[in-house]
Amino acid sequence: MAGGAATGGSSTSDTYAEARTWLLLPAWVTLGILVLAPVAIMLVYSFLTKEFRGGVIWEFSLGAYDQFFCNRGLFGDEPCSIEWTYIQIFWRSIWQAGAATLLSLAIGFPTAYFIATRPPRQRTLWVFLVTIPYWVNLLIRTVSMKFLLRDEGPLNDFLTGTGLLSEPLAIVNTNFAVQLGLFYSYLPFMVLPIYAAVERYNFALSEAASDLYAPRWTVLRRILLPSVKPGIVAGCILVFVPSLGSFLAPDLLGGARNFMIGSLIEEQFKGNAGNWPFGAAASMILLTMVLIILLIFARQQAKAEG
Amino acid sequence: MTRKTNDAIEVRNAVKRYGTFTALKQVSLTISDNEFFTLLGPSGCGKTTLLRMIAGFEDVTEGGIFLFGEEIEGLPPHKRPINTVFQNYALFPHMTVLDNVGFGLEMLGKSKSEARKRAGEVLEMVQLSQFSARKPSQLSGGQQQRVALARALAPRPKVLLLDEPLSALDLKLRKAMQIELKHLQKETGITFIFVTHDQEEALTMSDRVAVMSAGEVQQLGDAREIYERPRNMFVADFIGETNLLEVTVDQIDAGRAACHLGGGHRLTCDAVDGIGAGARVHMSLRPERLFLSSAPTESESLKARVRENIFIGTDISTILDLDDGPEFRVRASNSSRGTSRVFEPGTEVFVNMERGAARLLVD
Amino acid sequence: MAKGKYDLRVYPGFRAITLLCLVILYSPLIVVMVYSFNASPSITNWEGLSLRWYADVFTGPESAKFKSAARNSFVIALIAATVATTIATLSATAILRGGKFRLRTLSFGLISLPLMVPEIVTAVATLIFFNAIGFDRGLLTILLAHIAFCIPFAYLPISARMQGIEATYEQAAMDLYATRRQAFTRVLLPLMAPGIVSGFILAFIVSLDDFIITNFVKGAGVETLPTAIFGAVKQGIKPNIMAISTMLLGVSVVMVTLSWLISRKDRKT
Repeated sequence: MAGGAATGGSSTSDTYAEARTWLLLPAWVTLGILVLAPVAIMLVYSFLTKEFRGGVIWEFSLGAYDQFFCNRGLFGDEPCSIEWTYIQIFWRSIWQAGAATLLSLAIGFPTAYFIATRPPRQRTLWVFLVTIPYWVNLLIRTVSMKFLLRDEGPLNDFLTGTGLLSEPLAIVNTNFAVQLGLFYSYLPFMVLPIYAAVERYNFALSEAASDLYAPRWTVLRRILLPSVKPGIVAGCILVFVPSLGSFLAPDLLGGARNFMIGSLIEEQFKGNAGNWPFGAAASMILLTMVLIILLIFARQQAKAEG
Repeated sequence: MTRKTNDAIEVRNAVKRYGTFTALKQVSLTISDNEFFTLLGPSGCGKTTLLRMIAGFEDVTEGGIFLFGEEIEGLPPHKRPINTVFQNYALFPHMTVLDNVGFGLEMLGKSKSEARKRAGEVLEMVQLSQFSARKPSQLSGGQQQRVALARALAPRPKVLLLDEPLSALDLKLRKAMQIELKHLQKETGITFIFVTHDQEEALTMSDRVAVMSAGEVQQLGDAREIYERPRNMFVADFIGETNLLEVTVDQIDAGRAACHLGGGHRLTCDAVDGIGAGARVHMSLRPERLFLSSAPTESESLKARVRENIFIGTDISTILDLDDGPEFRVRASNSSRGTSRVFEPGTEVFVNMERGAARLLVD
Repeated sequence: MAKGKYDLRVYPGFRAITLLCLVILYSPLIVVMVYSFNASPSITNWEGLSLRWYADVFTGPESAKFKSAARNSFVIALIAATVATTIATLSATAILRGGKFRLRTLSFGLISLPLMVPEIVTAVATLIFFNAIGFDRGLLTILLAHIAFCIPFAYLPISARMQGIEATYEQAAMDLYATRRQAFTRVLLPLMAPGIVSGFILAFIVSLDDFIITNFVKGAGVETLPTAIFGAVKQGIKPNIMAISTMLLGVSVVMVTLSWLISRKDRKT
């Protein structure tokens, strides 16, 4: 997810310049065939006619996009008025991903800051502690979260058992459960770039502000936050983008009412809906949104670097 | 225990320990209002630690710090009417020059427009008005230095701390800034506490200098005093160039100490408190206070042989071997008057002293 | 006046939030680990320690399914990580040691593309692609898809390592009459070893863990551990699933720790 990472470091050389074409060929062939070509074919499929048991009929059609944006009434013969169903699902996804991003920021920033201000020898250990769960299977993590949070799960047992609550807290199948799941899925992506930014931050700036009569929290707001903003923006993008298209957290923690884009797409291919062109079109719309976000981000990073 | 005094800063028995390491051992000094005071010493001597304790960035392990008679130890930096010019300036990169300079005033509760107006005036004072809309990264090192100065001066602090502010500038600019800083201090009437490891800089600018080493103040006095009457080996060696000779004090008479060194050479100089007859101590002989001649000019001229002449622009430095004694250096200014005293290597010469050239040192 | 250190780096509450963060991150995993040792067939009641669900995984009625899923998962992860690491090493050499050239930025972009495209989109695209070229879905389609998205995960530690190696080592080797190939195999590769091992381990874990893409491109009846677990979880969380999860979790944690130790030890030397 290191979209903005530099292509090379300071120690670039041209030792293997003559062989570079051959060295890069395997990557180009593999990724060309398995990533670029599939995306291109997906674009083509989104303009084809659907076959009912899955698959497509090779016949040009705007049907998929029409279905996405246009409401043509019960019998499909009325003029186009805006169809809200799918736009709403996209909107909910954006909202959920946004809330998860804010939650990650609210917990990730203090965590990253705390880690970055530990003595240098302890820092890698802290970073390691925060990143380990990320490397545990996403499915297992999401299932574990569900197991912990469900009505008769250990968390509610604890809360009712100790008398903190009289009734178990219904968390699973709410928006909040999905946000928590997304937070759990992508938190390291928030912590790591902010950590890197705070580690590079020149604390003499905080001293200077404090010397110029700024109290602690004013120093944070006026000096520290603006200085580490690129790291914060990077962290937000890295959490927001994968959250937007996520499937497991909404599927396992959200239930039917909290449907997101990922589930909508999945249903077109694996579920009963079985509309491949429509699924391809929805994927294209999602991909376009993500690429626009990344493009704006790359622009800003380039501008920030001067 | 509030008492109004004319001492801007009093450091009373201040000790600073980091774990088992003692950075400052019982430092006491007072700095008067309106004084240009310099803490001078090699890196690691504790001068920056002391400055940071006055600013409030480091706490004091033992002892106290007083601002015009009021204890300020325990107050966070933002509650002390003291501002700092940082070594690498620490200008806020995301703010314009004007907003950098106005920051302190804004934090003191002034409105944004008021802060900007005052910031503009201070920028005028350091001749940077035309750059007020720029970001710090668009300025040269010298300009950034002035912005840092303006920023620290804008809130009209009672004391201004300067932490090696000129060390990043090239030689010419540094010299110009030294004079400008001195003028600025007189103009504003603010007490300046300046930290540097550059002895020439310290002597040029300061009303008084505290020479520090190993967490202690070695000597405190004005520039002349420190240069001409160094108290101990460290100060004599650290400030300027000098010849350090081991001598034995033979007798003290009427404020003069008669000494001898190896090879039967005899020297007489001013007596120093704490050094009595029979003491084996070091003597400092400033090379520019010595001159050479082909015949002895006085009874105590030292006989020596020229080894080498080194041309260093303004001066010519001569290395000599004393008869049955240590190596020795003499400096003559590179002028017609000075060069007449330069002798070819191998020549036998006599080393003569101007009055006050020799100084006995406490170890 | 009270004497105390005013440390302007310390913000009150940040330590507490960090600890809360760790609690949120670890408590679900620890709870599942603990409950996998529960003797009770019910997931709500605790009836004491037992290894019966671990025994159930290996000998129970579903053991055949789990065994084949585990075999598929590990074989695919091993091959995919090996191929992806090789491709990533060659690409990093070209991008970081191949001078400046027109396709350099574009090549880097291509390699990181699988990280930027949402996983579900990659899954859909790959499924459609295999369908369009008439490729039957099965183990091979899973393997191919895994190779593609493992490349960037292998690439990142490898390129990070290579950036830290001065080009002068190879230049010195060539100055001492080594050919380019010898400079690569005798000097650059040995120096790269920790980065390559890290890259391999990360690629291996990513492949082992993948659910979404696998779920789309797998053929009917072909399962990997994650898809098998997902299928089982849809029927409700059972204790044997927690036992499998705990084992898989253990594999991931051990491998990541290994990778971390390798990179840390390496930094010290």
